[in-house]
Amino acid sequence: MIEMHDVWKTYPNGVMALNGIDIHIEKGEFVYVVGPSGAGKSTFIKCMYRQEKPTKGNIIINGRSLIKVKERHIPFVRRQVGVVFQDFKLLPKLSVYENVAFALEVIEESPKVIRKRVMEVLDLVGLKNKARFLPDELSGGEQQRVSIARSIVNKPPVLIADEPTGNLDPETAWGIMDVFEEIGTRGTTIVMATHNKEIVNTVKKRVIAIDGGRISRDELRGNYGYEI
Amino acid sequence: MKFRTLGRHIKEGFKSLGRNGWMSFASISAVTVTLLLVGVFLVLLLNINAIASQIEDDVEIRVYLEKTSEEPQHQELQQQLEGIEEVSSVKYVPKEEGLQELIDSLGDEGKVFQSLEDENPLPDAFAVKTERPQDTPLVADEIETLDYVSEVRYGQGTVERLFKITDTARNVGLVLIVGLLFTAMFLIANTIKITIVSRGTEIEIMKLVGATNGFIRWPFFVEGILLGVLGSLIPIGILIFAYQFIYEAVSMNLNTILFQLLPVYPLMFQLAGLLVIIGAFIGVWGSMTSVRKFLKV
Ligand SMILES: Nc1ncnc2c1ncn2[C@@H]1O[C@H](COP(=O)(O)OP(=O)(O)OP(=O)(O)O)[C@@H](O)[C@H]1O
Ligand SMILES: [Mg+2]
Repeated sequence: MIEMHDVWKTYPNGVMALNGIDIHIEKGEFVYVVGPSGAGKSTFIKCMYRQEKPTKGNIIINGRSLIKVKERHIPFVRRQVGVVFQDFKLLPKLSVYENVAFALEVIEESPKVIRKRVMEVLDLVGLKNKARFLPDELSGGEQQRVSIARSIVNKPPVLIADEPTGNLDPETAWGIMDVFEEIGTRGTTIVMATHNKEIVNTVKKRVIAIDGGRISRDELRGNYGYEI
Repeated sequence: MKFRTLGRHIKEGFKSLGRNGWMSFASISAVTVTLLLVGVFLVLLLNINAIASQIEDDVEIRVYLEKTSEEPQHQELQQQLEGIEEVSSVKYVPKEEGLQELIDSLGDEGKVFQSLEDENPLPDAFAVKTERPQDTPLVADEIETLDYVSEVRYGQGTVERLFKITDTARNVGLVLIVGLLFTAMFLIANTIKITIVSRGTEIEIMKLVGATNGFIRWPFFVEGILLGVLGSLIPIGILIFAYQFIYEAVSMNLNTILFQLLPVYPLMFQLAGLLVIIGAFIGVWGSMTSVRKFLKV
């Protein structure tokens, strides 16, 4: 489902964030990406939905190359990938409902389908009764759940998340993790960069460790593996 | 694009106007103020132009004939006059008519001259008009050299000064309007830019969830039109009201035929249309140039 072939990324300021990444992630897999701060995890994630373009190498998602794609086709590749951001990236002036519906309006779904799908995912993340709220009126954990709802509402085959539990207290973090597991059981491929040792060591999944822009470890049912 | 998507964009454009309340207000106000100024100057310029043309059209050359000259010679001269390239019309004014005109133009005082009707001191004359009023002095000089001409009059001195004034008025007006339009464009575009810059994250998020550039642009396009059109409404209202008032006041009180303002309609229809178009154009231009910067994520 996700393939990276010899991916390199050097930022314009000369920082070499990724130095030859090769990876193969199967459909339906749940993968943690771990590593020390500055290791290149976010860069790795950003390359997967073309927020950053690799300097070298190829990335293939669901059979489509992210590198050879024409500029104007990028939006269509992005629709294959749901993204959960650490800082949520919700539109502050739109209600919870509108924020989630937005991802469907973009692909020109019919209003009827939009209504149905949005209420379904809001139900899934447990926010059905707060659909009319503005993001500012929600707690951090709730905002993160809106962000998750938006990322999956158009049923993308791949879901990626950069530290989705980073700013949340342990209990809320576990709530978010439950939602991810639920989404994972439906066949979505999930890639999640995280610093949450407890979650990684408890809910055993494949662990890819990145250090200095290289893959230092790749284990099925792995551990977090190092102290923060 | 599906038809219902267009509907969505239009709805979004309207909604976004409301969501960004104060920013929209700022943009609309900028449009309002500048279009009001543009409108006022436009009305002034058009009227100055109209009045100048009225005055210029009144300018004619009076060619007085030698008293000794006879009918065939008059005809020969008329042909010569009509042969001059810049001349548009030549009219024969027999001395009786000339005197009557003089009496009429002097009003009550002219009655004194009525006694002269029997022994008219005026010579017969031709009234000559030129295609372009500005050519009057030149043509007059040329006519002066012709045979059987005793005197040429066109308000020497006064006419030259008149043309200088009308030309200056026109040019100054035009420069003012153009300058004002450019200032307006940049002022408004900048205000809109500021409102959109504050929405950079909004655009970034749209892009990240897979919106195409076209999809993002549409609501901003609609919003730009709305800002411009809404901003032009108040200036249009004020201008129509004020001009109607001034027009009536002028035509009532200044009972002169010296000059006439342009009639309220169709001038005001044309002005309204123009301001709406300028407003919408500037609004769209401002919002499109601002959005473009953010579409590169
Ligand atoms: N936009 C950027 N421009 C230049 N350098 C960058 C940019 N983003 C990241 N970097 C650099 O690239 C390297 C990898 O950064 P990245 O954000 O991928 O690390 P990370 O593993 O996500 O760290 P953290 O765990 O703290 O989030 C760092 O040295 C960082 O300074
Ligand atoms: Mg990071």
